[in-house]
Amino acid sequence: MKILIILLQTAFFIGTAPILSGLITKVKNNIRMRKGPSVLQPYYNLAKLFSKGEVVSDTASWIFRATPFMVISSSLAAAMLIPILVPSGSMYHMGDFLALIFILTLGRFFLALSGLDTGSSFGGMGSSREMFISSLAEPAACLVIFSLYLQFGATNISAFGGAGRLSVASLVAGIALFLVTIAETSRIPVDNQETHLELTMTHEAMVLEYSGRSLAMLEMASYIKQMIWFFLVAQIMFPVAMPASGDIAQLAFRTLWYFARILIIAAAVALVEISLAKMRLFRVADFLGFAFVLSIVATVCAILGV
Amino acid sequence: MGHFNIPGLFLFDPLSLFFLSVIALVSAPSAVYSIGYLKGESSKRKIGLARLLLAIFLASMALVVSVKNVFIFLVAWEIMSLVSYFLVVFDTTHEKSIRAGMIYIVMTHIGTAFLVAAFALMYKYAHSFDFTAIKSASLTMPAQIRNAIFLLLLVGFGTKAGIVPLHIWLPYAHPQAPSHISSIMSGVMIKTAIYGMIRFILFILGVDSCWWGVLVLTIALTSCLVGIIYALMDKDLKRLLAYSSIENIGVILLGVGLSMFFASIKMPYLAVFSLIAGLYHLINHAIFKGLLFLCAGSVYKATGTRDIEKLGGLIKNMPQTSACFLLGAMAISALPPLNGFVSEWLTLQAFFLGASAVTGPARLFLGISAGLLALTGGLAAACFVKAFGVTFLALPRSRFAENAKEVPLSMRAGMFFLAAMTVIFGLAASPIVRTLAKVAGSATGIDVGKMAFCVNNFMLSPQPGRGIYLSTPLLCLILAAFGLVGFAAYMLIGRRKAVICKTWDCGYYKFGSRNEYTATAFSKPFRIAFSFFLLPYRKTQKIRESFYHIRSFEYETHTTKVFKKYIYEPAIALVFRSARSMKRIQPGSIHLYLSYIFVTMLLLIIFMHKF
Repeated sequence: MKILIILLQTAFFIGTAPILSGLITKVKNNIRMRKGPSVLQPYYNLAKLFSKGEVVSDTASWIFRATPFMVISSSLAAAMLIPILVPSGSMYHMGDFLALIFILTLGRFFLALSGLDTGSSFGGMGSSREMFISSLAEPAACLVIFSLYLQFGATNISAFGGAGRLSVASLVAGIALFLVTIAETSRIPVDNQETHLELTMTHEAMVLEYSGRSLAMLEMASYIKQMIWFFLVAQIMFPVAMPASGDIAQLAFRTLWYFARILIIAAAVALVEISLAKMRLFRVADFLGFAFVLSIVATVCAILGV
Repeated sequence: MGHFNIPGLFLFDPLSLFFLSVIALVSAPSAVYSIGYLKGESSKRKIGLARLLLAIFLASMALVVSVKNVFIFLVAWEIMSLVSYFLVVFDTTHEKSIRAGMIYIVMTHIGTAFLVAAFALMYKYAHSFDFTAIKSASLTMPAQIRNAIFLLLLVGFGTKAGIVPLHIWLPYAHPQAPSHISSIMSGVMIKTAIYGMIRFILFILGVDSCWWGVLVLTIALTSCLVGIIYALMDKDLKRLLAYSSIENIGVILLGVGLSMFFASIKMPYLAVFSLIAGLYHLINHAIFKGLLFLCAGSVYKATGTRDIEKLGGLIKNMPQTSACFLLGAMAISALPPLNGFVSEWLTLQAFFLGASAVTGPARLFLGISAGLLALTGGLAAACFVKAFGVTFLALPRSRFAENAKEVPLSMRAGMFFLAAMTVIFGLAASPIVRTLAKVAGSATGIDVGKMAFCVNNFMLSPQPGRGIYLSTPLLCLILAAFGLVGFAAYMLIGRRKAVICKTWDCGYYKFGSRNEYTATAFSKPFRIAFSFFLLPYRKTQKIRESFYHIRSFEYETHTTKVFKKYIYEPAIALVFRSARSMKRIQPGSIHLYLSYIFVTMLLLIIFMHKF
């Protein structure tokens, strides 16, 4: 039964992940007074990419071909750690929040290797920048988990969802994790998903040589990763005590609540994207340094018990 | 594990047995590897000599970790240092080897001097060289003496372990030795220093001041960060690995230092748990660093160069070596489900669990340390993306890399064994943690009978009841399942067509290895972000034909080795200056020398009479 719930949740997660990107684009376009593509556009893109043929570089090795599977399996494995509707409905026996970070690193490691694999300077540049940004994001993420651990006594993701009220420490930790999320999901001001200009691209540069099905899988993986990060921020910023009863009204409420708070985060990301310009790469170090400082503040707040 | 002690000389307690098995685990594959590696490198007699030295080296290391007498320990320690010196300078044709050997032997003897001082102090109180006698005498030592012994031991063993700022010899000596020796030096020899710290500080002295642990933690964190930042900058494959050893020694010492800290504030569970994390990382580092050095040796053997800027594309010519290197790189970057991930996770958990046992600023200290450890992990991943990507992927950057051939079977066999171990030590986390609990219990003198670290054979759970779990077998299963599902979807759904074509080169039709990103370029963002520490500088030189036309332009970029420039070079200069001023009392007159002897005699007689 439990396995069934977990599998259903994962399927649900995969099914709903792309819509977030569609929504963010929609919000951004509406603020810009444009109509913009439909929110379902990511699904159309995936379908299109999946049915297209692909071009593989003759310089590339098996790493390039294996990477889409590694990336998608790491994203999905990380998604399994997320309790979506039922509080204990995740594979929490498999690992905790810390393990989740390591699992996502697995996918990133291969993505960075495949960026180097084709021999193009763009790919190498993307890999270098991606590893740079992610390594600087890691201490902030770790310290956020630390401050949550101090509050809730566990590093389990389901442990810090049901506090009922938002403490100062959680708020600051949530903001720090939001900054990390912006970096991890390649959003402005750290990276720009909309452009293929070599001066600015990071994630797009790594996947530049991918096409067709492989690209579809990589896109899917990054949608899932984005959903994971948004969920984590939402889980920290909007804790709600959930009764454990399993009736239908409860489940419906939970589903609604689950979406509502993730949508708030997505809207916040869209607002940040629209109101800021992309930073120089070396300013990103300051940006993530600020996230680190915030996470230290969160830890101090957690120590003080506020 | 029983205690079968031969009276007086040997001590085979779990700690010794653990280190003996670490030695065996890395030395055996390295020895097999050396069969192919040494073939054709030098004359038959010299190869025989190499084998003999290897045997003495291994025997001395085994002796170091199994004797129970300080005096014999020191003798074995010296043999180990000297034999490894001979192995570092084995390739006598290179001037670099001689220089590396010189730095190594000087540094290692400075370390030994500190150890001798520490042991002499111990002897003064115990009146015996025996471990048990010293252990019981350590209870009655005054606090200052204990502190002094601790500091002497820390410097003495720290020099061998390569902690910052005593690491200076490591990036010279490790790369210069033959690769199977590098593998043993980095994988095992520097671990004997960790053995020394655990044995003498945790086991014999026993930690009672809290600042010991804090000092070790601070040094460990510094080593982590400095080691990995230098590794990121380096383009010599073996030196990069040597720097990464400094980082990993730091990670191991984080576990050991936490254990000291918790032992001093009487937290037995956490002391044992942290030491388990440290020991787990120790054996993991032995495995993957051994593996990576063997792979680097294979690359060197096949191409004749260690400069990764001249390599590239080896994955096509050397598929097996590159697969082994990839596993090692993944393990050292702490990627699940391999072994490095488990020990890194355990170390982070040790910080987290420890934080709930202390209060106030200590919590913040532990938290920030955990954050810096995470930064180290991120930088290590970047470093090994660079190492693997630039060495093995894309197009070869030189003729040597183009003509590389896969190495002989004996070399591959050694690598395969260690590569398999990275997987096994990742999946069998629970049984290993249980075994290590016994080792940690015996080292700290804590009864671990009632302590639980895992739920079952597949699931770790520090401090059961907290709801923190980690199951690498399950994780591996899920990753594999999703990978397969993805692959099936890729292969089976609809029509699938793939065209092989050239990489996009912006339409210039001259795509080649010069388009590739280099290691220097890869590490550029890091060089700029850490420029406050690396102090990069560039040298440019323009050769002009005329005012308007520049014929060639040379550009070099370097980083300043801060410790060498600001600590070691002034120190060495000081030594030479004082030696020169001492020369004045040595003018060559026999009469003067006779009077020196006379004055010395007089002073000695007075000294003996008075004291």
